[in-house]
Amino acid sequence: MLKLVWLIPVLPLLGFLFNFLLGRGLQLSERTVSIVACGVILGSMLLTFGAFYEYHWSFNPANEDNPYITSRDGFPNSFTWLPGGPAHTSLGKDAGKLANFNIEWSYQIDQLSLVMMFVVTFVGFWIHVFATGYMHGDKGYYRFFAYLNLFMFMMLLLVMGSNFMIMFIGWEGVGLCSYLLIGYYFTRQEAADASKKAFVVNRIGDFGMVLAICGVFATFGTLQFHDVATAAAAYQTEHLWQFGLMSWLALGLFIGATGKSAQIPLYIWLPDAMAGPTPVSALIHAATMVTAGVFMVTRTNFIFQRSVTMMMIVALVGCLTAFVAATIGITQTDIKKVLAYSTVSQLGYMFMGAGVGAFIGAIFHVFTHAFFKALLFLGSGSVIHGMHHEQEMPRMGGLQKYLPTTYKTMLMGWLAICGIIPFAGFFSKDEILWKTFSTSVFGGSKILWVVGFITAGITAFYMTRLMALTFWGEERFRKIHAGGEADEAYASAHDKGLADHDAAVADPGDRPMHQPGEHVGAHDKSDSLDAHGVSHAHFEPHESPRSMTLPLLVLAVGSVVVGWVGIPHALTGGANLNFFERWLEPVIAKVHEPPRLEALGHSSAGVTSATAATAESAHAGAHEATDPMEYVLILLSLAIAVGGILLGRLFYLKRPDLPRVWAQKLRPLYTLSFNKWYWDWLLDVKGVQAGKAVNDALWKVDAAVVDGGVNGAGWLTRFWAKVTGWWDKWVIDLAVNATGFVTKVGSYVLRTLQTGFWQNYALLFALGLFVILVYYVYPAISTTIKGFTGR
Amino acid sequence: MIGIITGALAYLAPVLLLQAEPSFAKRFEPTLINFLMLSFLLFVVGVAGVLSRRNIIIIFMSIELILNAVNLNLIAFSRYLEINKEALTAKGLVVNPLAGPVFTIFIIVVAAAEAAVGLGIVIAMFRNRETVAIDEIDLLKW
Repeated sequence: MLKLVWLIPVLPLLGFLFNFLLGRGLQLSERTVSIVACGVILGSMLLTFGAFYEYHWSFNPANEDNPYITSRDGFPNSFTWLPGGPAHTSLGKDAGKLANFNIEWSYQIDQLSLVMMFVVTFVGFWIHVFATGYMHGDKGYYRFFAYLNLFMFMMLLLVMGSNFMIMFIGWEGVGLCSYLLIGYYFTRQEAADASKKAFVVNRIGDFGMVLAICGVFATFGTLQFHDVATAAAAYQTEHLWQFGLMSWLALGLFIGATGKSAQIPLYIWLPDAMAGPTPVSALIHAATMVTAGVFMVTRTNFIFQRSVTMMMIVALVGCLTAFVAATIGITQTDIKKVLAYSTVSQLGYMFMGAGVGAFIGAIFHVFTHAFFKALLFLGSGSVIHGMHHEQEMPRMGGLQKYLPTTYKTMLMGWLAICGIIPFAGFFSKDEILWKTFSTSVFGGSKILWVVGFITAGITAFYMTRLMALTFWGEERFRKIHAGGEADEAYASAHDKGLADHDAAVADPGDRPMHQPGEHVGAHDKSDSLDAHGVSHAHFEPHESPRSMTLPLLVLAVGSVVVGWVGIPHALTGGANLNFFERWLEPVIAKVHEPPRLEALGHSSAGVTSATAATAESAHAGAHEATDPMEYVLILLSLAIAVGGILLGRLFYLKRPDLPRVWAQKLRPLYTLSFNKWYWDWLLDVKGVQAGKAVNDALWKVDAAVVDGGVNGAGWLTRFWAKVTGWWDKWVIDLAVNATGFVTKVGSYVLRTLQTGFWQNYALLFALGLFVILVYYVYPAISTTIKGFTGR
Repeated sequence: MIGIITGALAYLAPVLLLQAEPSFAKRFEPTLINFLMLSFLLFVVGVAGVLSRRNIIIIFMSIELILNAVNLNLIAFSRYLEINKEALTAKGLVVNPLAGPVFTIFIIVVAAAEAAVGLGIVIAMFRNRETVAIDEIDLLKW
């Protein structure tokens, strides 16, 4: 199966080409499009399983610590994508590094990429299935699935690439697909703006990324992860407050990660990205693409670990993001916005984990988060679908009766993200918190733990709020009309003096089931046909079709069980059941060994061999499991999660008046949260406006200097043209005309010679001949005459 | 009768003179210059005819005169070369007395052909214009 890994990204690419090139021309039916789109992802998923099986059980066990790199391990179809070498010999002695500029198009199959491939293909497949139902009836059905498949291709390139370049292609490719899919309903201003914002913000991050890749090449002379990892081992670890070469490289990479993974300060694009269709939010902006930053940091951990300063910055940024985003999530009313901020917050957790050296914990959280956040997003999609495209939670409530399957599955996701014990989120989040608490990378991490701990409580609180406002409590949708896009329809209806139930959708927007002109809002069944014979959509909220609930069920099961692959030692009585950690251990460079291992002399060569380190860490892990603090922390986590849930129930179920009261009491905090900490405002006013001011200034310079130069050049040209024009007219043309005139006048004289009486011509000819004869022959004649006379 | 007598005298006078004084033969023997002068006269008569006559037939005949003047010229030089062959060869010149007669024959042939074509043109012209006077055929002017 490893020989077939090249097919894993190629299959979605084929699906993309099929749907994109033929979808419109052949008017492919929704059935064809969805079968092709889902089929290729299913193929990739099965191949991933095969690769997983072979790598783990059939691959040469002696090489288990080494990645399977297609270009290196006898893969038949590998090729050099960007050959270098001779082209750079002109550089002389500097050509040393560039001479090796051979970018292989190769894939690296190792534990980390297999985990990511599994997440991408498995979750991706079920989201594709969900989308077949969700997008039903959309005009751009084929386009949507083509983009989704293209995204899968790019994402698989990102996680499978064996060097920075291939990863970067995928990195940019997923950004492109994100842009295309956020702006899928490009006729809506909101979606168009959001896609542009996402693209621009990501470019800022990618700038750092590109610099870092250049720096990596300049430093190590290669871009292959494996070779860079080997080369980086020779570099000294830069201590706290040291900011050397490795720190700069890590900084560039991390800037890229903040863009892609929506961390402070570049997180602002992700909530806006919710303008895209909900399956897109689930796939790209929750489960896969936004975790690319975490993946990348983990993939390049051999660089990050060389810089303690950057590790701390990563952890700080992650921690701060987790907290800020969670606090914003409390006050948002759009169900997808809450989930978006929740995603940002969870991504913050991941970076916090990566920053404190718990790369495995971070990837574990990526893994579990992909399941439960995809589930929550798809569930919210199902709710939106069932509510006929209502996104505002204050207008929902009591939906558990109407959407039972969605409700039950959402419960699993809710418990998972809150961190209740047997569910997936508990294990990963707890591992990150514990590693934060106990890290030896830098001191003072207890503060980070406290913030992360509080954030866990906030998470439980706002997720409970989401559940309460959506599924529990009274059925507000009968009282309050639909909002969001529907609000505009109502406003427009009021303007026209129509009744509420006459409001119609102008544009289907993120509401594929709706056609333009369809009526909006929830109505009672008692509504009958109006005078025009139009049914006013007397709907109840309804459960979604099977194609949408099946993925929910699968992901709900996933949200329960996937955490069990990483049960911490503390809970298993010393038995090492943390398969996830053991599985991923070879990927992580061993730099920050606990002091006692160094004392044992295992790090004498700078870095211990990976195999020995694995054994030692497992050993050390068994020791750590006995730390009583870990039990305390687990209990504390559970306590704050339950506390958050209970507080949420109290606020939004038992005492619905409390939120308003507390919002009044904590008015400044509430405003801060509701306005998203003014970060968007700050960026807009201070950043974008200042940028615009600079642009204006530059524009004025442009108008004055550049345009002046251009105009001056134009004026000069025109002036010179006038001069030369005058010369042309009065000198050249005059000469030409004079020639013609002279010829004309001369011809009056000369043509009288042409009498037409040819004897004249003959006479002239004869005379001419005579003259010539006389001229030439005269000397001879004169001699003759002299001879005659002289004789 | 007078004509016959005059002709006979004209024929006999040289004979008689030669019999009376044989050195006259030497004196009246035509030389190259005599032929050239005759040729020149014929040529001038021909040119004058071409330039002055209106009738195109006459002009044709004048052209024949011109051509024959040339022929005479050629034959005269040929004869001259033949006589002075040794002397001229001794001076290092290449002498070919037969070129002149051969060329003359060519000219006669060409003249015959020209006459045929020319007379054909004259007939066609006459059919068109009912005249062979060339001062009435003056279309080639501005």
